[in-house]
Amino acid sequence: MTGVLPITLEDSTKIVQAFLYSGKEYVCVMKLHGDAEEARVQKVLAEFEDEIYQRPPLRSSVKRQLRTRRIYYIKYFEKDGRNVLFKVACEAGTYIRKLCYDVGEIIGVGAHMQELRRTRAGSLSEESKPHATLHDVAYYFGEWQEKKDPEILREFIQPMENAFSLMPKIAVRDSAVDALCHGASLTAPGVLSVESGIAKDSIIAILTLKGEAIALGQSQLSTDQILDINHGTVATLERVLMSRGTYPRVWKSKNDREKPHP
Amino acid sequence: MPRTNPPWEIKRELHVKAEDETNPKYGHNPTERPPEEYIRNGIINLDKPAGPTSHEVAAWVKKIMHLKVIGHGGTLEA
Repeated sequence: MTGVLPITLEDSTKIVQAFLYSGKEYVCVMKLHGDAEEARVQKVLAEFEDEIYQRPPLRSSVKRQLRTRRIYYIKYFEKDGRNVLFKVACEAGTYIRKLCYDVGEIIGVGAHMQELRRTRAGSLSEESKPHATLHDVAYYFGEWQEKKDPEILREFIQPMENAFSLMPKIAVRDSAVDALCHGASLTAPGVLSVESGIAKDSIIAILTLKGEAIALGQSQLSTDQILDINHGTVATLERVLMSRGTYPRVWKSKNDREKPHP
Repeated sequence: MPRTNPPWEIKRELHVKAEDETNPKYGHNPTERPPEEYIRNGIINLDKPAGPTSHEVAAWVKKIMHLKVIGHGGTLEA
């Protein structure tokens, strides 16, 4: 298989889960084991644009129990003899190989996955720039070592914050940052802005005003509630991402939450 | 069944609760991190070739870039 493979460098490996649990998109060639009408193939594929049942295959690292997965969409492209070309977007952990097998069963002639290319993994797609081949990595890293121009790094590396572009985000005050780096829950006074669509238990990215990732959190409230309240816990932390001391520790009295004390 | 939007088609609005400034003395805009820090907090959108496993590809990047830690986001195997 080929296609989009997010690579996390050094410390950014903390966020690899943002990709593992995110939706994916593939272009697939399915090979039918018999002849079938194009209209029938299109109809069956369309039926799978739904919540489907799957049991992981023999060669997998997960428990082989029956589970459901969401297929967001299937875009049929063309049929050439027994080869069928389509694009599919799905929930993390969906086996396209099993999808092809099941589609073949419903069509009646049987089918297998002939070829697969991943066109999207979470926030990164084939179109997201910079997009690098192994050759590009070797070339640009060599250029960087020789010329030491930071612009060269941006030709093939992007900030880990780009992994969160699909997650709802909350931006916080500088004064709240270090406490968060120590694992403290996010409370209302620290919140500056909130994106729409947050519900209780949503996984959120907590950022500074500069756009740096501080932590991944689990929201305890909805967007509207967060905008409404003046005190209380907004989110608990799932994973701290920023090192302690990046922003100064700010001492606060219990009455005065806004001003730092000397 | 009505079509569910994939995560990348969800549009979000930004709601400002309060205004404040950020001190330029601390931290960096992610794209303006100094080089070593930029690499350490960076990700690569890699176009994986056919042949090697995802793990092998990641190990190769780790070797080329002399890194101590590498990860990859989701195995793309045969």
